[in-house]
Amino acid sequence: MRIAVEDLVVSFSGRAVVCGVDVVAEPGEIVGLVGPNGSGKTTVLRTIYRHLRPAAGRVLLDGRDIRKLNPSRAARHVAALPQERGTDFELSVREVVAMGRTPYKRAFSGDDTSDRDIIATALEQVGMVDHGGRPFSALSGGERQRVLLARALAQQPDVLVLDEPTNHLDMRHQIELLALLRAQRRTTVITLHDLNAAASLCDRLHVLRDGVVVASGAPRVVLTVDLLAEVFGVHAAVVEHPLTGDPLIAFDHNTPAESATIS
Amino acid sequence: MSSTPTTAVRREHSTVVVGARSTVVALLLTVALLVGLVLGVSVGSTFVPPGQVWSIVAGHLLGRAPAPGTPDLIVWQLRVPRALLAAVVGAGLGLVGSAVQALVRNPLADPYLLGVSSGASLGAVAVIVLGAGTGGLLGLGLSTGAFLGALGAFALVWALARRGNGFSPLRLVLTGVGIGQFLAGLTSYLVLRTSDEQQTRGVLFWLMGSLNGAQWSVVVLPAVAVVLGFVVLQARARALNALLVGDETAAGLGVDVTRLRRELLVVTSVLTGVLVAVSGAIGFVGLMVPHVCRLVVGGDHRRLLPISALAGAVLLVVVDILARIALDQQEVPIGVVTALIGAPTLLYLLDRRLERS
Repeated sequence: MRIAVEDLVVSFSGRAVVCGVDVVAEPGEIVGLVGPNGSGKTTVLRTIYRHLRPAAGRVLLDGRDIRKLNPSRAARHVAALPQERGTDFELSVREVVAMGRTPYKRAFSGDDTSDRDIIATALEQVGMVDHGGRPFSALSGGERQRVLLARALAQQPDVLVLDEPTNHLDMRHQIELLALLRAQRRTTVITLHDLNAAASLCDRLHVLRDGVVVASGAPRVVLTVDLLAEVFGVHAAVVEHPLTGDPLIAFDHNTPAESATIS
Repeated sequence: MSSTPTTAVRREHSTVVVGARSTVVALLLTVALLVGLVLGVSVGSTFVPPGQVWSIVAGHLLGRAPAPGTPDLIVWQLRVPRALLAAVVGAGLGLVGSAVQALVRNPLADPYLLGVSSGASLGAVAVIVLGAGTGGLLGLGLSTGAFLGALGAFALVWALARRGNGFSPLRLVLTGVGIGQFLAGLTSYLVLRTSDEQQTRGVLFWLMGSLNGAQWSVVVLPAVAVVLGFVVLQARARALNALLVGDETAAGLGVDVTRLRRELLVVTSVLTGVLVAVSGAIGFVGLMVPHVCRLVVGGDHRRLLPISALAGAVLLVVVDILARIALDQQEVPIGVVTALIGAPTLLYLLDRRLERS
């Protein structure tokens, strides 16, 4: 499915934090939102999964306004992995993943065989199939993140919306998760702090600053030395990755961008 | 992929185990409830053998003319309604406790957290002390006063905790606690104003919680309310699970979080108001029962809500028997017994759980 964010404006108590953002993800495309803290990435995602109501603009799912769909119906098409972790609740891993079936179920109905298969498949995809009976609260941060992703996969969505899914994951699990997303070939909108991960995963990037998209396009086109200095305030070189050929950003960890340009 | 068959077997196995376990627990609790109800009717100042209890109850249920006399009066007019009221109030408190803990996403929440019971207490005490009602102690005037007080407190919390259309868990808790304290202050002031010792005792009994007012006419309304409340909450069991992870997750799963919180707030407050109106604020049941049940059947609300209701019913039926027979001449307020039993049990269970994890 195609998802299109059109001229989106979101404001909190009168102050616009996102002002006129357009984002398009074609079917099967992985689109990344990158930008410094507070640039409005998460806010854009939150309107896509209907946690926030836009002040103006629309989110279109195959041309239909997502606000006009009934919430359960929308949740069958769009699954989200927000950053929240919840408090310690006594649910098993399998029960957490079973939540993904919520939009498909009527009141009082239990999980049937096909639900259980979907749940098991989702657990298998994130490598947690042997942990279904464990309490969620006993998992490590990385394991929790993978279980929550399995919950989103169990929603069988056409569009995945992921807010910093690699947070708290060690290097190996980060890479496994990115490989999993690539293999899914599902329409995906994702925020990532790790620009190298974004450059390798995403078909297209939108760079946000202060609630506005300042650059869009293929990672190779967007991630330039000038943009990194101006938007992210970092001094870096962009080279070709020796193994993959993706753009590789080599950060200068000694000098911030301003002092580098002054000198 | 060669491991698929084994995984499938293991998966089926553990799903079955969890499901079977909660079925067994539900059956055990149902049996315990029936036994408790019969014992509750048998035991008291005059002992009526369980066999006789059965025949009297069966006689009434089957519409056969009961043998008139004292046993019939004691069993059918006094003890059966009282045992049933204990079960209904216990079930309601267990149910509301589980729901409120999900509503404010806080395991320390209980049905009285949002100030409803303080409003009920103020209403009841006002009736006793100011003599606004003509009904006797725990009579109709008192329950009406309590329910009106509960509604008043609920209206205050609703008005003050609201932001736009929504209620954040934190605002709800803070507002509820604040209003609860304020109303408790007013209640204390009313109690201090009275010099009548009999009245003061009556007030204390009410504040502790008591099932003294049980009659058939008193049982019906809370029973209907608990059944309706259960149906409404059970229909939202999956949404309650989603709410545990967070509002954003719930929204992403197609739950209208704002509306859900509003519905939960209304259902739990009205139910609490009805329960407190007939029995006073019986403490610890609404806090302890959901915790114990989570330890046994887990936190999935599809199982937790019915099990909490059953367990709450069993607990209060048993505790009411203890409250009636503990002292020779006098009945102990049931809230005193729930606190004395409940607090250590809760601490023990939580401690065991901490050690396990």
